[in-house]
Amino acid sequence: MSRDDFIWMAGGPQGSGVDSSANIFARACCYGGLHVYGQREYHSNIKGMHSYFHIRVSPNELGAISSRVDLLCTFDADSIVRHIWEVSSGGGIICDSEVLPKKLTEIPTLSASFREEFQKTLDEKGIKPQTVGDLLNEVKKDGVRIYAVSYLELLKLLSKELGEEKLSKLTIMTNILALGISFGVVNYDKKYVATAIEKIFGKKEKIISMNVLAFNLAYDYATANFKDFGFSLNAVQTDEKRIFIQGTQAVALGKLAGGCRFQSYYPITPAGDESLYLEENEVFELERTALKQQGGSILVMQTEDEIAAVNMASGAALTGARAATSTSGPGFSLMVEGLGWAGINEVPTVISFYLRGGPSTGLPTRHGQEDLRFALHASHGEFPRIILCSGDVEECFYDAARAFNYAERYQTPVIHLTDKAIASSSKSCRMFDTNLIKIERGQLLTEADVSGKEYKRFRFTESGISPRVPLGTPGVVFWNTGDEHNELGHITENPAVRTRMVEKRMKKLNLADKEIPLQERVNFFGDEDAPVTIVSWGSPKGAILEAMERLRRENYKINFLQIRMPHPLPREYIAKVLGKATKKIDVEGNYSAQMAGIIQEETCISIDYFVLKWNGRPMTSDELYDAFLLILQDKAPARQVLTYGS
Amino acid sequence: MALKLADYRTPLFNDWCPGCGNFGILTALQMALVDLQLPPSGVVIFSGIGCHGKTPHWINAYGVHTLHGRALPFAIGAKLANPRLEVIVHSGDGDGLGIGAGHFVNTGRRNIDMTYIIHDNGVYGLTKGQASPTLKLGVQTKALPRPNINEGINPIALALASGYTFIARSYAFDVAHLKETIKKAIQHRGMALVVIQQPCPTYNNINTKDWYSGEDRRDPATGKPVPRVYKLEETGFDGIVRSPEEILQKSVAALTKSQEWGDRIPMGVFYQNELVSTYQDRIAHRIAGYLENPPSKQVISDAEGKPVTSMAKMLDELKVTG
Ligand SMILES: Cc1ncc(C[n+]2csc(CCOP(=O)(O)OP(=O)(O)O)c2C)c(N)n1
Ligand code: SF4
Ligand SMILES: [Mg+2]
Repeated sequence: MSRDDFIWMAGGPQGSGVDSSANIFARACCYGGLHVYGQREYHSNIKGMHSYFHIRVSPNELGAISSRVDLLCTFDADSIVRHIWEVSSGGGIICDSEVLPKKLTEIPTLSASFREEFQKTLDEKGIKPQTVGDLLNEVKKDGVRIYAVSYLELLKLLSKELGEEKLSKLTIMTNILALGISFGVVNYDKKYVATAIEKIFGKKEKIISMNVLAFNLAYDYATANFKDFGFSLNAVQTDEKRIFIQGTQAVALGKLAGGCRFQSYYPITPAGDESLYLEENEVFELERTALKQQGGSILVMQTEDEIAAVNMASGAALTGARAATSTSGPGFSLMVEGLGWAGINEVPTVISFYLRGGPSTGLPTRHGQEDLRFALHASHGEFPRIILCSGDVEECFYDAARAFNYAERYQTPVIHLTDKAIASSSKSCRMFDTNLIKIERGQLLTEADVSGKEYKRFRFTESGISPRVPLGTPGVVFWNTGDEHNELGHITENPAVRTRMVEKRMKKLNLADKEIPLQERVNFFGDEDAPVTIVSWGSPKGAILEAMERLRRENYKINFLQIRMPHPLPREYIAKVLGKATKKIDVEGNYSAQMAGIIQEETCISIDYFVLKWNGRPMTSDELYDAFLLILQDKAPARQVLTYGS
Repeated sequence: MALKLADYRTPLFNDWCPGCGNFGILTALQMALVDLQLPPSGVVIFSGIGCHGKTPHWINAYGVHTLHGRALPFAIGAKLANPRLEVIVHSGDGDGLGIGAGHFVNTGRRNIDMTYIIHDNGVYGLTKGQASPTLKLGVQTKALPRPNINEGINPIALALASGYTFIARSYAFDVAHLKETIKKAIQHRGMALVVIQQPCPTYNNINTKDWYSGEDRRDPATGKPVPRVYKLEETGFDGIVRSPEEILQKSVAALTKSQEWGDRIPMGVFYQNELVSTYQDRIAHRIAGYLENPPSKQVISDAEGKPVTSMAKMLDELKVTG
């Protein structure tokens, strides 16, 4: 490959196969030893509205999308108009020649606000295209190559080859034709694509052969007709064992490895995929020979609402099973009362919370990082909780497993935050290593430990942790109540017991703070003595690292503190790092710089610069690079708001 | 050694109002546990929030006093994670049919093998006597500033529509009948509902103990009260479904019976159908070995804390190189 990265984007109406073509594209690249980062964007709609898949390919591992497109592969006029300005000079656009005469004013899926913005751009450029063809001619002048193909003509050719008369039966393969054109334009090795098609369509041999045929037909058409792209995508050699995985799958796998055996959920974007994937894998094998015969399983329950979901998970957790639920903002709102119940009853319930744009249903399918404070403060009263936030797909796996350790060791709910950008991004990464996961169950007693002894579930102890037994343990009983209770778990309003009991519970947070090692709570990147420090959390990680690398090559000194445990916050370490910086930059996907606020509360250190984004789209390395550069050059305002995305 | 009533009692002071119907319910439940000789450590009593919600604290068994309206989800989570537990759930009428009505309905669809007891006193006891969802239209109990503007829910009919496979009613002050009904419910294979008419002497001055036993309407001939509650069993009513062909007819009969209220209030089993698969059966059908090796009993790590879940198959599926 002659450059660092190559970006392909597929755009079309939802339901037109954008996803599966992108999946095949990404896998084909992976099979050729390339690294891939893919991000799916879609409307809250099932069919017809615009959706696109952004796929970035490089010989090096990737952690973010970027703000340009090298090859835009479109299925309809809407996608051309929406993304046309993103295509880099020297890049290309694949489109259906049938849409060229279409009037720009006659594309119904473009919203009024989009049209207004689009018109403004046209006015600024001083151009007046009437049709899609005119518009494409404008970018052609800037060096963008236009590859117009009649999908219909290709389908007719295909129908001849397949001996299938009914074109309507073949139209679902339009996306494969577009894929063939794409790979033909960049001359990628066909064999990897065939492998990808086989993988995606599984055992359906007839479908595989039809799709391979369609692919080859379009590929050959492109290599014969579109020879001027000037860049070819080449496979590279790698010995590394890699997987290609989506964020929600990483969380699910982390849960399984971590011993989660009960998951309840109510459908919601983008969390739902995790539970479906778990259910697909509900039965699995166990490692130790002694257990082989037994086999393992996870019970996945679709509940009537999120109130039921969180409380079922708590009920299951009381029996000693590792139990979790999974949701996004609106669902977490409903879980709030149950969270408090788990807190006062010291139940190790794990909640996977996928952040998206709010409030209310907000941006149902779009990215956001607006609920950090909500997770931190949700539910009335005071109780300890542990909050984790993963910065990428790999961290999702290990954090999802670790969440149960924290929950059981400190007998308190754990909230694992990820976000839409991670949930619906797919990337290639090193094979996960289950050996890095250790299961720690805390003070979980068995029948043998308690038999014949007096048992008090909420015994006052030095550490605040009272050894627990699962419901049903013979020889003892205990009580739970959401009311304040005594050591046995019976209701009390005694002021002295209340004072001690709250203290007992809250102490566990200090213990967690003392015991949980720093490397599980923060990541630090770059030169310790750099004068500029970036702090952030969650999905911006990948884009930040990439922007930093570019700046480092330009001799800027900058480091990055990624916070993975906002609660309990490792405040001394954070204060030490930030204390050294002359410029402190906070990067987050929200309006009010929530993490910066929390840091200020806990360390009295205030941040100097804010780079924020809340338009529903993930941050790109390019826009972060630009923002950081302005700060480094002392040209930046205190607050920069990022806007990339369509 | 056989378990005695005392084995199911806790030494705690009981703070229900004197004369409260809940006392009858508590006693009947404890007597049922004695009769069935269920060991306290194998039983879990769940409850919601309200006067009824305190029930588990007076029973020597695992007791989980949950949130207002949410006892069912907690109980379901526990029961499915450990199907060996004997799970009994208590709700108030406000708790189970108002704020928790969604769980009431959806629990019927699942037919989990548990027992669900509703303390129906027509009022929100613990919040000082507001109208509950079962209070009939136009009735004005003591604490209501105006007569009830809503029609009352019919829990028997709702349970039937929701798929409960055992539906019964009993009366808090007929402890013998109540005990037997609770026993039947516990022994039923599937989701069992027992609605208990529970006098609340403090706030429900309409549906009182005297009202249920007909003190206000004595037979002029004998001078004895004519009770409003009567036993279905004594009328020859048989709600038990014995073959699939009987389902429709027995459902209709139960629905018809459920409409009786006021002068005559039927008690006993309205409907029972053990032909329906339980939720546990359905899971076991999908997950072989679920019953022997449910979530709570699974080994998840070795002695050193190494996970034992074999990830190889799943990771292989995602593998792209190497
Ligand atoms: C979410 C929530 N809302 C309101 C309350 C206040 N509250 C406590 S008990 C109760 C009503 C209880 O009535 P019912 O369920 O009929 O039980 P009873 O007291 O009659 O046994 C209410 C509304 C609460 N605890 N939680
Ligand atoms: S208020 Fe009514 S239901 Fe509550 S304890 Fe008193 S009598 Fe019983
Ligand atoms: Mg009530």
